[in-house]
Amino acid sequence: MLQIDNLTMRYPTGDLALDDVSVAVERGQVIALIGPSGAGKSTLIRCVNRLVQPSAGAIRLGGEDIVKMGVGDLRRARRRMGMIFQEYALVERLSVMENVLSGQLGYVGFWRSLLRRFPQPAVDEAFRLLGRVGLDHMVDKRADALSGGQRQRVGIARALIQNPDILLVDEPTASLDPKTSRQIMRLIVELCHERGLAAIINIHDVPLAMMFVERIVGLRAGRIVYDGPPKGLTDQRLTEIYGEEDWSGTRAEDDEDEPPAHRKVAAAVGPPELQKAAGA
Amino acid sequence: MTIALDAPTAGPRRWRKPPMIADARLRYALYALILVYLYVALSSVTVNYARILVGLDRGAAFVSGFLSPNFTTRWRDISNGMLESLTMTVISTAVGVLLSIPVALGAARNVAPPPIYVACRGLIAVSRAFQEVVIAIVFVAMFGFGPFAGAMTLAFSTIGFLGKLLAEDIEDIDRAQVEAIRASGASWPQLMNYAVQPQVAPRFIGLCLYRLDINFREASVIGIVGAGGIGATLNTALARYEYDSAAAILLSIIVVVFIAEYSSGFIRKRFL
Repeated sequence: MLQIDNLTMRYPTGDLALDDVSVAVERGQVIALIGPSGAGKSTLIRCVNRLVQPSAGAIRLGGEDIVKMGVGDLRRARRRMGMIFQEYALVERLSVMENVLSGQLGYVGFWRSLLRRFPQPAVDEAFRLLGRVGLDHMVDKRADALSGGQRQRVGIARALIQNPDILLVDEPTASLDPKTSRQIMRLIVELCHERGLAAIINIHDVPLAMMFVERIVGLRAGRIVYDGPPKGLTDQRLTEIYGEEDWSGTRAEDDEDEPPAHRKVAAAVGPPELQKAAGA
Repeated sequence: MTIALDAPTAGPRRWRKPPMIADARLRYALYALILVYLYVALSSVTVNYARILVGLDRGAAFVSGFLSPNFTTRWRDISNGMLESLTMTVISTAVGVLLSIPVALGAARNVAPPPIYVACRGLIAVSRAFQEVVIAIVFVAMFGFGPFAGAMTLAFSTIGFLGKLLAEDIEDIDRAQVEAIRASGASWPQLMNYAVQPQVAPRFIGLCLYRLDINFREASVIGIVGAGGIGATLNTALARYEYDSAAAILLSIIVVVFIAEYSSGFIRKRFL
């Protein structure tokens, strides 16, 4: 559904952030993008919704090339891509509800958004999503009054109210404690399965990624050096991605009896075809 | 003696902050130059002691006038002047604030395209290059004596002041919040309303209140060059050596400034 072809990104400073990257993401597929700092993970997902303008290549979300779109088409394309950020990127002085509804800005005219008169279906959906992420009691709290995990939940609700086809997730757990990190990852993966959403998740935490996703893409210095299931991520592969290091203990989930968490999640909440895949 | 004589240095290792100018000769030469300059500068100031003695009497007359301010004789002039000054202040601040918002958005590098940025920065530079009194003289020449020229003056310098400070505040906002709103497919006006405005609003309110304050004080000054308001009344009183009325005028100005100061502090606490 998302097709990235020969994407190259060279910053004006001359740094080559992405070098001829090609990836395809299927509908409903959650992939983790791993790699060392500066490998181009953030640049890659920022290119997809063109927060940065790629130097060359093509990005297709079910049709037209996003790289070549004009302003109006780009706005419409961005509505179909929800983004979740590392430091939450909530507007601190707006309320939780305003932050969630800001995900609807691509659909709503200027005057309605200025007067905060959003269409009733959008408001209903906002309440539903806030309930789903467990924050329906904090609707009118200001975003800067929330804890890290709560903020990230608002960030997730804001991305989902766009009713996107794909989620672009940039280091969702980097500022969170280990328990909250797992809760947030589980929530993101669950929501993707519930809605048949594809997702690209940039993540530093390799064990966490291996626990929750079915496909991992490893990036090193702007090139893809691994693309496959978590199981295939051997010590040798990790060395290829990150450089020489003692990797023992990184892949604690190798236990064969225990199905990986993404399968459990799919079995619990997924649509029937995913449940079939999980049972297989 | 048990001191280790084979250590390369005896005693603790000393540390001093390295001087800003490494070369000691250059450093002392600069100190000497500064002293010579101060001596020459101070000796070039000529003080006319006889004139100061005469002036002391006038100063005393002024101070004694202050001790017995006369509000009654010129009450009509004072109240009219004060009302005019307040009107000029409110109108010029309102107009100036409204006009400064688009200018500030245009002068913020992170939200405006380069040609608009250059144009708005230019407008701000022009507005700030001239002191209020200079602008007032030009506007009085253009529009004639009276409060209209004064209000135009103050509105014009409000654009420069607020435009510059607000633009700098906009340039300092958190980019991640802007990116997040942009990523949702928001249009440019929506981006301003959702990502920029909430971040700059507290400082903007503070700056507007501060500018209201400045405009009132400036409204008193530019009256002296004929731009209306209490300044014109003050100028007349001083020209007639009516120090008691002048004192009454100055006291009224001080009272209004104090009221403005306290109420702006209250408003700031309420809203930020």
